[in-house]
Formats: sequence, structure tokens, C-alpha cells
Amino acid sequence: MIDPFTAKRYRSERLFRAYGAAALAISVAFLVYLVVDIGIKAWPSFFENTVALEATLDPAKIDKANIAQGDFTGVMKDAIKAQFPEITARGELKKVTGLLSSGAGDDLREFVLANPALVGTTVKIDALLGDSADLFIKGNVEGSSLDEQEQGFLSSLRDKGLIRQHFATRFFTAGDSREAELSGLRGAIVGSLLTVLMTLSLSLPLGIAAAVYLEEFAPKNRWTELIEVNINNLAAVPSIIFGLLGLAVFINFMGLPRSAPLVGGLVLALLVLPTIIIASRAAFNAVPPSIKEAALGVGASHQQAVFHHILPLAMPGILTGTILGVARALGETAPLLMIGMVAFIVDVPKGFTEAATVLPVQIYLWSDLPEVAFQSRTAAAIIVLLVILFCFNAIAIYLRKRYERRW
Amino acid sequence: MTTWTLLIISVLTLAGFFLGRARAVSLSRAGSENLHSMPPYHGLLLAAMGLAAAAIATFVISLTSARDTLLMPAAAAVLGTAAIAVTYPRITAPFRARNRFESLVKIVLIACSGVAILTTIGIVLSVLLETVAFFREVSPFEFLFGTHWAPTSSPPSFGFIPLLVGTLLITFIAILVAGPLGLLSAIYMAEYASRQVRGVLKPLLEILAGVPTVVLGFFAALTVAPLIRNTGEGFGLVVASESALAAGLVMGMMIVPLISSLSDDIINAVPQTLRDGSYAMGATKSETIKRVVLPAALPGIVSAFMLAISRAIGETMIVVMAAGLAANLSFNPLTAVTTITVQIATLLVGDQEFDSAKTLSAFALGFVLFCFTLALNYVALRTVQKYREQYD
Repeated sequence: MIDPFTAKRYRSERLFRAYGAAALAISVAFLVYLVVDIGIKAWPSFFENTVALEATLDPAKIDKANIAQGDFTGVMKDAIKAQFPEITARGELKKVTGLLSSGAGDDLREFVLANPALVGTTVKIDALLGDSADLFIKGNVEGSSLDEQEQGFLSSLRDKGLIRQHFATRFFTAGDSREAELSGLRGAIVGSLLTVLMTLSLSLPLGIAAAVYLEEFAPKNRWTELIEVNINNLAAVPSIIFGLLGLAVFINFMGLPRSAPLVGGLVLALLVLPTIIIASRAAFNAVPPSIKEAALGVGASHQQAVFHHILPLAMPGILTGTILGVARALGETAPLLMIGMVAFIVDVPKGFTEAATVLPVQIYLWSDLPEVAFQSRTAAAIIVLLVILFCFNAIAIYLRKRYERRW
Repeated sequence: MTTWTLLIISVLTLAGFFLGRARAVSLSRAGSENLHSMPPYHGLLLAAMGLAAAAIATFVISLTSARDTLLMPAAAAVLGTAAIAVTYPRITAPFRARNRFESLVKIVLIACSGVAILTTIGIVLSVLLETVAFFREVSPFEFLFGTHWAPTSSPPSFGFIPLLVGTLLITFIAILVAGPLGLLSAIYMAEYASRQVRGVLKPLLEILAGVPTVVLGFFAALTVAPLIRNTGEGFGLVVASESALAAGLVMGMMIVPLISSLSDDIINAVPQTLRDGSYAMGATKSETIKRVVLPAALPGIVSAFMLAISRAIGETMIVVMAAGLAANLSFNPLTAVTTITVQIATLLVGDQEFDSAKTLSAFALGFVLFCFTLALNYVALRTVQKYREQYD
């Protein structure tokens, strides 16, 4: 027999517990909704639609001696016009050829350049559709800007069974483009890689050295305390401030090139350095002092004890912290906007001083574009970024699980 | 030239190491006296001397206009060789090479830990100098108390109040969302959840914390904002397409993991004896949490909230993508407002002349932002530290 007062207390106990569970459920639901929503938006972008056409490689349009200069766009236009022999009005023909992507001719050019013997023959080729036609085929009728007549042409092509869907390898192998169906992530991925390489090669040695000093050699005095307070505060400074630092110091004062992975890497290295130092110090702290004492006891110098014994044991922890820091750098956007990594760059960067952009900035750039087709591209780029980050985190968790030692 | 210089420096370093080691080995074979340091230390010292001299020469030359001439690799080669040549004859059996080398290493370590200080100085200087230049053109009074922000119109006006209000409005919404959610999550994880449940939920929250803010910004702009707009219109409200509410809500979700992980640590640091005392008096779990654990953890929780506020104020991408550009002085969460970070980002993206008040104003905003967040962080970190000492 529970008295009413106790029953009330138990009820409030259950209620409180339910609040906690609900709070967690909301966070998890948000995460799931976020990923699913973006995933659904992204899915169509991993596929592209082509129309199977027969292109006549007329030697009058394509000079055998100079294939690269040939009028391949004209050939593709003729090829799609041939599908509608009943249409003669100029305006309507224009609508028919407008269904094709402006990149269709370039695809054909590459194909013929690889097989020059084909000039003068008729080849079957899958011609890439433009972004509006592509959206229509994917079922996004509102998003595509096709009028009724164009929709009719496209539907008749589809009814003939000429339209095919492929996996869009182009999305990973092409650079940025103003045309949604031709744009790809290669430039951004390479830019991210260069930037992260720069960040890692700077922040890892610096971070380990600083952590070794602070944890093992620094005397307990005001200077050391100042450094410690400094590092903790730097870890919480907004990232955009690091962008201002990069702009003022690296670009205006030191004259390093704008938009380059070099500067981006420098800024991000400073940004993640506090994180790496804090993680490394924790890793050093976790190594029991008996290891060091044993080394000192058999005659090792202080530095020998640290570098030969403590550092190797702390390394898994340091690497875990570093990977997490680098993952953060990989997703960082704001400071890179400040140092001009927002330019529209078609070419894949080849070096640390060339203009480049990175994945998160590419996402930001695409999200700003008005074309509906870019919305899906943006979502797809986000999925690529999330997959990369997920891999980083998975490696970190694996390292922690594999090498974690309980002393 | 850079490639050549780098090549020369590496060759010198390697040569120094093998020369030094070889000399020490031959000394130990020939002499009756024992070596003070092991042969590799002699090599390392010689390599370090060569490396340091060559690197200093390169650095000095790279500051002058002779950067791209043959002078750079030549100077590196000459100075590096000289340093090795001077040190080489000093290698004798009693030479304390290890101690020398270790003190060099220590200098390098100290320099590396000084980078953090240099970064802070760099931030303060770069932001402060431009801010001073800005205040030469615009009076600080106008900047701090003006209620109109239009840096691109002519004449431009730089009243900072609308940005401050916008920032605080979005931060307030974010904390309103993240505070209860984060704190309740932390309580559940620390006090109620079993080990297995914790093992699943903690990584999930870490994943949420690791989602790049540009992703959250995209989500806020394309999914949450239209959702709020449609819901609001269903109730007959006028909602701007870039409402403060959408940005604030998503920012709040971004901060939940921060608050929950900090509070989780803090709640776990409350000694078990306090809880046991409360249970012994017959209190239920929730009563213990509300009346004993939370009051004991209060300073730590307050500082967790302060860190969260500082994070929200400094967050850029979510507001750039989901909040507006128009500097409306408004407290209505359904209107479009702009924030300090949005204005910094928009003022500095694209081409810019460095002497215009427009560009400089971005640095003044950066200065305000830096001071704001620094003060919050400093107080919060101090509180956490004091709190830890209290229960340690």
C-alpha cells in the first residue's frame, strides 16, 4: 500500500526520467532526419540520364587531320534532330537541341579522339541530357524548367526507350562547372586533400612538441601557466577569427597567394593546434609514471625516457586526437571564406600554391546557386563529405579500440 | 630555387649525421678513453648544427629580394658546411654531445609551445591594427551605439546595434533549444542510462557534434526554414523566408552535444558520497538529482552554458546560409535578422581594397567578436577549473 504522497513522488520520478529520454530522442531524431533528408535530396545526383543517339561523324564537320577542332556540338544537334524528322520550325528545333547538355559534344569529341578511325562513320553514343531534361526524367517536374512542348519531345524519346540512366562517375571525376549536369567534385576533393595534408604536416609535429614540453619539461611557473590558459582559450575562439588572422598576416603581411591550399592549410593548422595539444597532453597523462621512472632508473636521460618510452606509448592517443582534429579541419568553412578559397575554379589544383577550393566551401558555393539541379548536387556533395568524415572517425575509433591500454 | 635549397639542406643534415657518427665510432675504436655520449648523438648534434645554420641562412635570404636567385641555395650550403666544419673537430671522447643535443631539442620544444602564444598575439595584432584604422574614419561612438548598419550604401553607416541584437536573438533561441535538451540528455546519460545505452548514445551525440556547420546551414536553409514558414503561415503569421527562428533552432541542435558532453563530465565529477547521503535520507533518484547533484554541479553547468553561448555567437556558416543579410533591428524571431559573423563573412568575401572603411569595419566586428568570446571563455574555463579543484 503506497500512500498518495509517495505515489506522487514516484510519478514525478518517472516523468523526470521520461524527460531525459525524450531530450536524447529529440537529438537522435534530428540527426536521423538530417541525414535522411539530405540523403533523399542527394540520391538523384548520383545518376545521370543520357539519350542513345546515332551521330554521323561527317568529315565535312570533323577534319580528320584536326579532330580536336571539329564541330562535335553540331553533330550532336543533328543527331537529336534526326529523332524528330517531322519537326522543321526553327523554334521547335531549338527546343529539341536544348534538351542536350552543352557537354554532350565534348563527350563525343573525347570518344572520337580516342578512336580517330571512326571519322566518316556513324556511331551510337549516349548523349548527356541537360539539367532540366535530367530533372524531368528523374520525376522532378516542378523543378525542371521545360515547357509542355519540350516535355512532349522528351517523353517521346523516353517512349522510344532511348533514355538510359547511368551512375554519374562524372560527379567524382569532373571539376566545377556552371552547368549542373557537368559539375563534379574532383577539384574540391583534391583541394581538400592538399589543404588537409598541409594542416596535418604542420599541426602534428608542432602539437606533439608543444605537448611534450608542457607535460614533461615545463617548469611550473607563470610562463607555463600563461601558455596553458592561452591554449585553452584558443580552442574556443570562433573559427572565423582565424580567417581574419590568415587574411591579415599570411596574405596581406607575408604576401602568400590568395585562395591557395598553402594558406588554407596554415590557417587550419593554427585552428586545430590547440585541440591536438590538449588531446596529446591527455595521452601523455594516461601513461603511468612508473614507465618513466623505470627508464630513469636504468640510466636513461629525461629526454631518452620521454622519446623512447612515453611517446610511443602515448602515440595511439595522440593519433586519435589528431584524426579528430583533422576531421574538424576538413569540415571547416568560415575561415577559408576569409582567405579567398571561394573562387569559381574549374581546373583541378596541381600544387599547394595554386588557387583551389575545398569540399565544404564547394557545398557553400553550390548551395548559393539558383538552379534547382544544383540543390541536389549540393546534397550529394554533403553526403560525400559526411562519408569522408565518417571514415576519419571510424579510423579514430578503431585506433582507440585497438591500442587502448588499461594500466 | 626552393627545391634546390631544400635538397641542399637535407643533404647537409644527412651528411652531418653520418660524419659525426663515423668520427665518434672511430674514436671509440682507437682511443683508450670511453666516449661520453653514444655515437648517434654526435651525429645528431652535427646534423642539427648544419640544419640550423642552413635554415637560418635560407630564412634570412627569403626575407630579402634575393629570394629567387642562386644566392639562397648557395648561402644555405656555405653556412651549413661551415657550421658542420666548426663543430666536427670538437668531437672527442669526453665531448658531451648528448647534453648539447638535448638542450637544442629543448629549445625547439619551447619554441613549438610558444606558437600558441604567437597565434594569440597574431590574432590580437591583426584585428586590433585594422580596428584602429577603422576608428580613425568612423567614430567609436557611432559604431557602438548607432542603430543603422549599411556599410555598402553611400554614405555608409556603421551602427553596430542591429547586428548585436540579431546575434543575441539567434543565440537566445539556440540556447533556449540546446539548454534543456543538452542538460536533460546529460542527466539521463550520467544518472539513468545503462552502460550499453550509453555506449550507443554517446557516439551518436559525437556524430551530431561532428556534422560540419555548412551541412547544418544547408539543412536550416532548405528544410527547416520552409517548414517553419509553412507552419507559421498555417497559423496566419507572417514569416520571413530567412527567419531567425530557423537559424536559431538548427544552431541549438548543433550546441546540444557540446552542453551535454560538458555537463555529463561535470555531473560525473560530483562525488558519489553526496548522492549516497541523499538516497539514505529516502530521496528518489530525481529528487537527488534536482536537490543535490545539480546544485553541486551548478558552477560547472553555468560555465558549460557560457561556452555554448560563446560558440553560438561565433558560429558562422549556419547564419550565413540561413539568416538574412538585412540589418533589421528586431526582436521578432520570425523576421530576418543578421549577425556579426554574417557581416564579417559578406564584407570580406570577394574583391576588396584594404583601406576602405567597409573592409576595415569587418575587422572591427571581428575585434568585438573576439573580445566577447574571449571574456566568456576565460570566465567559463576559470570556473570549471575552480570547480574541479573543489572536488578533486
